[in-house]
Amino acid sequence: MSSQMLVVNGIAFVAIFSALMVVFHRNPMMSVVFLIVNLICIALFFLLLQAQFLFAIQIIIYAGAIMVLFVFVVMLLNLRQEEKLHPTWKIQRILAFLGGPLLVGALWTALWHRSPSSEGFPGSFVSGFGSTEDMGRLLFSDYLFQFEAASVLLVVAMIGAVILARRKES
Amino acid sequence: MMTSFLPLVAAVLFSIGAVGVLVRRNAIVILMCIELMLNAVNLTFASYSYELRSMTGHIFIFFVMTVAAAEAAVGLGIVIAVFRKRQSADVDEMNLMKW
Repeated sequence: MSSQMLVVNGIAFVAIFSALMVVFHRNPMMSVVFLIVNLICIALFFLLLQAQFLFAIQIIIYAGAIMVLFVFVVMLLNLRQEEKLHPTWKIQRILAFLGGPLLVGALWTALWHRSPSSEGFPGSFVSGFGSTEDMGRLLFSDYLFQFEAASVLLVVAMIGAVILARRKES
Repeated sequence: MMTSFLPLVAAVLFSIGAVGVLVRRNAIVILMCIELMLNAVNLTFASYSYELRSMTGHIFIFFVMTVAAAEAAVGLGIVIAVFRKRQSADVDEMNLMKW
């Protein structure tokens, strides 16, 4: 096993372990911490896949901004009366535990039997695959409309969050 | 070798997130499981993008992150509003619109 594969396997193990802890830890605060670990593992995968720009924004936006939002809300809400993980074995939970491995099996079968990829679409990169410069060029030429639509989406989400979380004066 | 291995990891992460959405009752943890699933999809995009040497996948990941940020903000706003009303973030108790 090459050293690169060793690193990839190690990160994959940490990612899957932290994902399991997100789901099965009782304390939501610990879930947040393990989710941050998971996001950093994904960011390292991005780095291995030569997506430097995505590595940076994964750390800054996801592990930074979005998770701070989660931390704030978890600390804001007093969740002392924490749920027991298996209070009642409802049919939905039993089916979920049975269906999860089935979903993994189905996805793996689909991935194993996929048709071999074509030779690729070698685009013309100005400063290399995954670089910030090429990302910016794509965003502001081919995907300009989508980029502007995303900005509208963010404005709407911001206004919506403010209105939803506002305290009603009555 | 990496591009055949990473989608398998992403499949496992996606399934863990899906099971989490179905198993947990705390609305915040459910939102976190949704983030987990979105990240698994991002990982798949990145590995195929690397394999095909095309940056379209990176653009997709960029927009998925944008939507995830918007979803987290609005979702947590809803959780706060519900918590104020009922002093609980339990999704089993949010049944006003259930038929």
